[in-house]
Amino acid sequence: MKALLMMGCPELPVQTAVALYIANKLNIESFEVIAAGNKAAISLLLNSDPEKHYIRKVMDLDRCIGQLAEKKLDFDLCFVFIHSDSGISYLATVKSLSKGKTVAVIFGKEIEPLIEASGDSIIIAAKAVHNPTSLRAHIDGVKSWAALTR
Amino acid sequence: MNYEILLPNSSFKECAVFIKSNFKEIYYVEAGFKIFDNYLIGVPPIPIAVDGDFIIMPYVKPCHGCFVLRIPGKEEGERLRTREQAK
Repeated sequence: MKALLMMGCPELPVQTAVALYIANKLNIESFEVIAAGNKAAISLLLNSDPEKHYIRKVMDLDRCIGQLAEKKLDFDLCFVFIHSDSGISYLATVKSLSKGKTVAVIFGKEIEPLIEASGDSIIIAAKAVHNPTSLRAHIDGVKSWAALTR
Repeated sequence: MNYEILLPNSSFKECAVFIKSNFKEIYYVEAGFKIFDNYLIGVPPIPIAVDGDFIIMPYVKPCHGCFVLRIPGKEEGERLRTREQAK
């Protein structure tokens, strides 16, 4: 099973922490985890996990979208990190291009409009900027990510 | 790429409305549609306008929101017209 962590602009500190936390959960369930993001998002991940215990593969965001569009790559689960309208655009794009289930990981101060715009994706959402604890609680509420792919 | 920004730092929806409200020749494409060697990001159906020899399209950047760009693109315009006729 393959899982994508698609990250947007890392201006909110919780993004990197939550990405690593979800990656750990997915690794325990034997997912192959690939993180895609812009240079800043990927740099934060690699600096936080220098020995790649949690994130073993990374790729450029545009390249990932291109490979999904060209059907050269696909995932069973696609986590899209959303704290702004841009994230909703990326979620809609991944939803169109991938056969996998999409999970909207929503955070920030104004989460309600983002939840409404996330459609029928699985939603993990909490008001969180610096402290990932509330998001972690929602993530822990999912007992098996693999079960969602069946 | 040579481009002009017609609408900066907006939501995708605002950009889509701007294109539909200000141009007549509109084509709708799916997310991931390849144009100018870029794969379009957005909520489908994504409007793209052809205005003479120019393409007007939404362009999403993760850190900066969505922009409406005006780009010289006679060939891409012809491609959109041909694609529409083939439907």
